[in-house]
Amino acid sequence: MINLTKTPLMTQKQLANPMQPEPFRVKRVMKESYDTFTLELEPIASERLFTFVPGQFNMLYIFGVGEIPVSISGDPNQPAMLVHTTRIVGSVTKAMSKLKAGDVLGVRGPFGTGWPVSDAEGCDVILVAGGIGLAPLRPVLYQTLAHRDRYGKIVLLYGTRSPEDILFRKELEKWRARFDLEIFVTVDYGDSDWHGNVGVVTKLIPKAPFDALNAVAMVCGPEVMMRFTAIELQKRGVRGDGIALSMERNMKCAIGLCGHCQFGPTFICKDGPVFTYPQLQSWLAQWEV
Amino acid sequence: MKTLDELLHEHEFFKDFKPEYLELMAGCATNVIFEAGQYIFREGQEANVFYVIRHGHVALEIHDPRRGPITIETLQEDDVLGWSWLFAPYQWHFDAKAVKLTRAVAMDGKCLRMKCENDHTLGYLMMQRFNTVLADRLQQTRLQVLKLYD
Ligand SMILES: Cc1cc2nc3c(=O)[nH]c(=O)nc-3n(C[C@H](O)[C@H](O)[C@H](O)COP(=O)(O)OP(=O)(O)OC[C@H]3O[C@@H](n4cnc5c(N)ncnc54)[C@H](O)[C@@H]3O)c2cc1C
Ligand code: FES
Repeated sequence: MINLTKTPLMTQKQLANPMQPEPFRVKRVMKESYDTFTLELEPIASERLFTFVPGQFNMLYIFGVGEIPVSISGDPNQPAMLVHTTRIVGSVTKAMSKLKAGDVLGVRGPFGTGWPVSDAEGCDVILVAGGIGLAPLRPVLYQTLAHRDRYGKIVLLYGTRSPEDILFRKELEKWRARFDLEIFVTVDYGDSDWHGNVGVVTKLIPKAPFDALNAVAMVCGPEVMMRFTAIELQKRGVRGDGIALSMERNMKCAIGLCGHCQFGPTFICKDGPVFTYPQLQSWLAQWEV
Repeated sequence: MKTLDELLHEHEFFKDFKPEYLELMAGCATNVIFEAGQYIFREGQEANVFYVIRHGHVALEIHDPRRGPITIETLQEDDVLGWSWLFAPYQWHFDAKAVKLTRAVAMDGKCLRMKCENDHTLGYLMMQRFNTVLADRLQQTRLQVLKLYD
């Protein structure tokens, strides 16, 4: 059974005052698609290194607008730069999309459990991402590719709405050129310029090149997609306890105090966001949990 | 060169078919190749064939006068293309285009329907296989129409 990566020691120190946002400056804004953007952030206290494990999230505070949880999408081996990729859905994300280089926002974190990157050593690694779900999985790719010899096959299965919605295009193209990483992208609808796969991401699972009996799968996307992905992975032969999922709920404190993010018997902020499938299985198909 | 029943035997759809049934199937089969960009069939045309794809990539398209062709699904190696040959009025509902060079075995629907009529065990087997394919596609389409990523 996989173990979810716990907060590293360095991070414990960072969390000395977990309710106090720390000011970070926007270094660079990158447009990923018409509704998704990436922010590169630097601490204003310049000596600060931002250590995190893939899968963790921060609370980002836009002054005067609000605070939201966003996963870290950057490279865990580059702790001098904090990177977040966000899709515009409402007031805070919209305000965040208007930030420019030099602007300041508040950061609390990192919080939560990480993907089972260490437990996956010696196994094939299957990443299944849906839509913005690619962002929280990108640090896993950085981490596993940095220690490539520790893993078997690494396979990314990525589904999104349309070709225009594909995130991290340049990076995906670069990674596609590698012989030690398999990337399969599918879109729900394609026009005549799209020559790739069309169909849901679960459809990629039966044919993806991995050894199901020695695989660890990490899944991130809309909840319905994750449910069906877990079923399809198990049909292929992946053990339920070899599957990890990342959950989302509205959050306020992010440290297990307010109860906003309760999901069944767990708090997503402190027990998750990354869970093993058996931890969630009985709750996933239930309403209003 | 491989015989048709050998080619069929290698395909996921015919996995576990008994040799005598594979031989019967091969009697209705032809090897075909489609160039990249070539239409395999068009919406409204008579559907009296299905294809087991051996290599390549096929797009199922629907033509919208405003937006042009929209790909609703793609099929690859080990997939089966077309089930309209099974149900009256035996007409294609979509266009199918080879996106890249595609090799397939074309199965003559009329010939198969006749063999299934004569041997109901074979007919049941074929129905089982096609129902599995249809159920999978239905499930996928349901997820697709949910627009999960919106
Ligand atoms: C642990 C965790 C990690 C997250 N990581 C990321 C990330 O890396 N990138 C990212 O873009 N988002 C991420 N989110 C989601 C993000 O927190 C929300 O999109 C954000 O809180 C929305 O705030 P808002 O004020 O812009 O929208 P709101 O005004 O709160 O909501 C506007 C509309 O969007 C809908 N909505 C709210 N949240 C979501 C959501 N998660 N998905 C779809 N629709 C939603 C609401 O129902 C409402 O209809 C994460 C959430 C959690 C809990
Ligand atoms: S956000 Fe407060 S308990 Fe999780």
